[in-house]
Amino acid sequence: MNDGSSMGGRTVARVEVRDVHFSRAGRPIFRGLDLDVPAGSVTGILGPSGTGKTTLLNLIGGRLRPARGTVRVDGQDVHRLSRGGLYALRKRMGMLFQSGALLTDLNVFDNVAFPLREHTRLPEALIRDVVLIKLEMVGLRGARDLMPAELSGGMARRVALARAIVLDPVMVMYDEPFTGLDPITKAVIVQLIRKLNQALGLTSIVVSHDVAETFSIADYIHVIAEGGVIASGTPDALRETGSAWVRQFIQGLPDGPVPFHYPARPYYEELLEGQGA
Amino acid sequence: MIGWLQLLGRWSLGRVARLGRGHLFLVRTLASLPHLVLRPRLVIRELFSVGVLSLLIIVVSGGFVGFVLGLQGYVTLVRFGAEESLGVVVALSLVRELGPVVSALLFAGRAGSALTAEIGLMKSTEQLAGLEMMAVDPIERVVAPRFLAGFLAMPLLAALFSAVGVWGGYFVGSGLLGVDSGAFWSQMQSQVDFHDDVVNGIIKSVVFGFVASWIAVFEGYDAVPTSEGVGRATTRTVVNTALAVLGLDFILTALMFGNF
Repeated sequence: MNDGSSMGGRTVARVEVRDVHFSRAGRPIFRGLDLDVPAGSVTGILGPSGTGKTTLLNLIGGRLRPARGTVRVDGQDVHRLSRGGLYALRKRMGMLFQSGALLTDLNVFDNVAFPLREHTRLPEALIRDVVLIKLEMVGLRGARDLMPAELSGGMARRVALARAIVLDPVMVMYDEPFTGLDPITKAVIVQLIRKLNQALGLTSIVVSHDVAETFSIADYIHVIAEGGVIASGTPDALRETGSAWVRQFIQGLPDGPVPFHYPARPYYEELLEGQGA
Repeated sequence: MIGWLQLLGRWSLGRVARLGRGHLFLVRTLASLPHLVLRPRLVIRELFSVGVLSLLIIVVSGGFVGFVLGLQGYVTLVRFGAEESLGVVVALSLVRELGPVVSALLFAGRAGSALTAEIGLMKSTEQLAGLEMMAVDPIERVVAPRFLAGFLAMPLLAALFSAVGVWGGYFVGSGLLGVDSGAFWSQMQSQVDFHDDVVNGIIKSVVFGFVASWIAVFEGYDAVPTSEGVGRATTRTVVNTALAVLGLDFILTALMFGNF
């Protein structure tokens, strides 16, 4: 499936985001966002909470529409596609939600089989084999009869990952895959993302604010904040960056350009106001 | 004054926008129904959930309403020596009014609220978003089967409610209070008209089923995806369905029996 990340020395972008503007409830999230996701790579999208990382995945998946700008996946403008075209594109991209988003009335096996049953006419025996192969990849073949409520957070995410790759997509988007996991499960997910990307020839987009994990698997990283990309590059290049903002974020420093306080009136004014009352 | 007007304007715009969303949602839901012909199992599963699981409350409530009608009807009719007409009073009350209306109110409380909560929770746990990203239309896969099941189940539940209610009235009137059994049934048979009474009652329950199912699935789909939002949506389903059913009942009754 992978068409390679470079052709004649030139990087081929699986996803191209150009001049994207997007607002929610009057608050601008993106003001001219530009970024590329190279084909075949693991690309990390880093940034503090509330900077629009999940929104970016929803724009790429066509669940949200930008006010201006274009998002292209494999050269197709996502927001100019018909409903049928968009659904055809989505069959070629998997998405792993932070919660797993497993269907709670289906067991593990049926959850993973769900996209196959919806989109293919494969015989049940073949569906069984494909589902078991995908569950084996994420190490949960033995959990196929469990219901989602019986799974731990890490297991639910691995099942969701098996479901995301069951249609053999060309790209998988991960929304905060490391959040709320214990160190062992986190390491398992990190390894799975890398391994699956190589084995299946995927393009992976990992949205996260977990710096160490993302740096350990990403080929390329975009740091987004303040409505756009503030730094891009390989993990090594970003570690050497001169940007105080990026340094503060990467090193998790409480002091720096990112303010600790939410915008407010001067402190003394509010205290004096209280005394006068 | 200006602030108050602004508030009123914002509230009105919000209501109109929601009404528009509700109607667009209904159009999309209705457009999805033909797909269910190929997947009847989805509807059958939901019919079990909204229909079969509502049977107990419908049968028990129908019985008690019938008991009360039998008792109240007898106490009033016996004053005029007309207790043989008890069967007509019970049957007309149930078939024309109480059957469709009370069933719809019970349906909203039992099945409608469950539909809203289920769809709302699917939204808050990203299951609907997950379906979209798997190229599966949540309206086609989740909403339409539930809407159709509610629409089909409601008239059947109303008919059952009326039938059980008539038996309840008969049990109290004839079994406990001594009304002649033959008079009870024969008067009912001669005075209750199939077209004017039974069919009109069925039309009411079909309309109520449509509206109650629409409100239930829309409130779930439009819910704010938080636990508080789903709770509010569930409450709105019960309140809005009750108001819509009672309001529509007046309009339908006026059209059917008002001789305008």
